[in-house]
Amino acid sequence: MSEKVLMRGTHVVAEAAVRAGCRFYAGYPITPQNELPEYMSDAMARLEDGTFIQAESELAAINMVIGASIAGARAMTSSSSPGISLKQEGFSFLAAQELPAVIVNIMRGSPGLGNIAPSQGDYFQATRGGGHGDYRSIVLAPASGQEMADLTRKAFDYADRYRIPVMILADGMMGQMMEPVLLPESIDPRKLPPKPWILNGAKGRPSRVIKSLLLDPSVEEAHNWKLVRKHEMIGREISDAETDLMDDARIAVIAYGTAARIAKGAIKRVRETGLKVGLLRPVTLWPFPEKVFRGLDESVENFLVFEMSTGQMLEDVKLSLAGRGEVHFYGRPGGPIPTPDEVAKVISRLYHRQKL
Amino acid sequence: MAKLVFKRPKTLKQVISHYCPGCGHGIIHRLIAEVIEDLDIGEKTIGVPPAGCAVLAYNYIDVDMAEAAHGRATAVATGIKRILPDRIVFAYQGDGDMAAIGTAETIHAANRGENITCIFVNNGVYGMTGGQMAPTTILGQLSTTTPGGRDMARDGGPLDLSEMLALTSGSVYIERTAVNSPKNVRRTKKAIAKAFKSQMANRGFSLVEILSPCPTNWKMSPVDSHRWIDKVAASVFPLRVIKDKTEES
Ligand SMILES: Cc1ncc(C[n+]2csc(CCOP(=O)(O)OP(=O)(O)O)c2C)c(N)n1
Repeated sequence: MSEKVLMRGTHVVAEAAVRAGCRFYAGYPITPQNELPEYMSDAMARLEDGTFIQAESELAAINMVIGASIAGARAMTSSSSPGISLKQEGFSFLAAQELPAVIVNIMRGSPGLGNIAPSQGDYFQATRGGGHGDYRSIVLAPASGQEMADLTRKAFDYADRYRIPVMILADGMMGQMMEPVLLPESIDPRKLPPKPWILNGAKGRPSRVIKSLLLDPSVEEAHNWKLVRKHEMIGREISDAETDLMDDARIAVIAYGTAARIAKGAIKRVRETGLKVGLLRPVTLWPFPEKVFRGLDESVENFLVFEMSTGQMLEDVKLSLAGRGEVHFYGRPGGPIPTPDEVAKVISRLYHRQKL
Repeated sequence: MAKLVFKRPKTLKQVISHYCPGCGHGIIHRLIAEVIEDLDIGEKTIGVPPAGCAVLAYNYIDVDMAEAAHGRATAVATGIKRILPDRIVFAYQGDGDMAAIGTAETIHAANRGENITCIFVNNGVYGMTGGQMAPTTILGQLSTTTPGGRDMARDGGPLDLSEMLALTSGSVYIERTAVNSPKNVRRTKKAIAKAFKSQMANRGFSLVEILSPCPTNWKMSPVDSHRWIDKVAASVFPLRVIKDKTEES
């Protein structure tokens, strides 16, 4: 049964994962996401068929998830920026071997150890596949407690449907925030569609191999083209963005996740002073919602990209707009959280400078 | 009528081997296939081959197999076994894979007492990448990255990972064998069978370390390689049962 509860973001993701039929979690502690593995350690222990492993490293954790996925389970790991770097090799193997898995990155200030304050500095790393090689991973960017739940459910469904790693990309603010959330209903993982490719012992069938070593260059090429066709299909089927107050907008603010929430506050403030400003919020960061950009009214000629980084999604916005209009940027790297007032000032200044 | 005394186990695919002449991997594959057949577990065994010369083990051993990244086989095997506890899961790893890049995964899988079996092939070098020093390379032994012989001051000494694993509370059975003589091959088969049986009885972590010849990278004839295992390798890595708690409940 669905029910409305007040929960912090990391717990929402964990509970939504359990309700999506996740039965395997492996991870390694790192702030600001420790509440997620802590929740999972308890939740998995309560389930007859749940497994929780506190791994010896992020490297081990992602490879345990690979094993669980190979054996057919819905499996998840979570971490924050430095730990995600260690998992990158595993993402590449998941992609190559076409294995479903869900990865949560609660981003923090980086590079290096950085700090534990919210940041959006891992956008490039996440949306460009996340590891070595020519592939992509699905990247979902929740901007509310409710979306933490809904996108977690979608993450597991997409992972299984497309046999691809799916990352939930949030930050310390989304992780800590408490909001009322309508939790989705529980799925019994035994009732999910069977996966005809898993390894469970070759009983009454020929043995199977799951591998990524493709020694013949033409076989490797064919495999990569197959992945490309899959990526194109995913682009057509799931790319998603929210638009808000765009009908009469002269400036479109482009932001995702926590930055989008701050931008909403800023837009509310400038609207009160009569400025026509709207929001375009990508929900899928990969596939990037290019269609939504192309569908924007011709009258919008100014775009303000706002990120808690020095400009990463900015590149995808420019690619999607393909030279149309003027693209501006405001961003601050990981650490202090920009305020709605601060962003409102940036918008107003731009509005007046462009004589809108 | 002639009596059949030797045949290919059906778990071993009938294909031409890609291994170098005198390599031990082929013998070890065969022993695993024989044990799987003897125990009649071909339909419930899942293998995890490594990055290393044995990455293509799935071309030979006819059971479900999942390739792991270099060093990560025990972590992948852990994930599989936790989801399918009634299957027999083994990791097959070289000495670079297991005792260098995968040391952490191996020690912690053993320490947690993961109910999996590791086949640890110690050939003293990195075979697949062309014969560089491995953690198990013996002092003075030549390799492409120890052209003057492994040097204690520069490279440290050979690492005895099996001894270290025996110290962990979760390991139940660890034995070191070799495949350089008929007698040692038979012993190795027994050890593999014992490790698999221990797993079938849910006892915990089991491992068989196998000293295995690599004539190509040792730059020796197969016969000299076999002698070298007896004379040199086995003096540093003695063939023996390192830990056996399989009889305890
Ligand atoms: C992350 C990573 N680093 C390096 C390699 C290259 N590599 C492949 S196999 C191998 C070592 C193989 O040696 P060993 O594990 O002793 O097995 P052998 O080939 O001798 O059987 C290395 C270094 C790799 N595949 N992945």
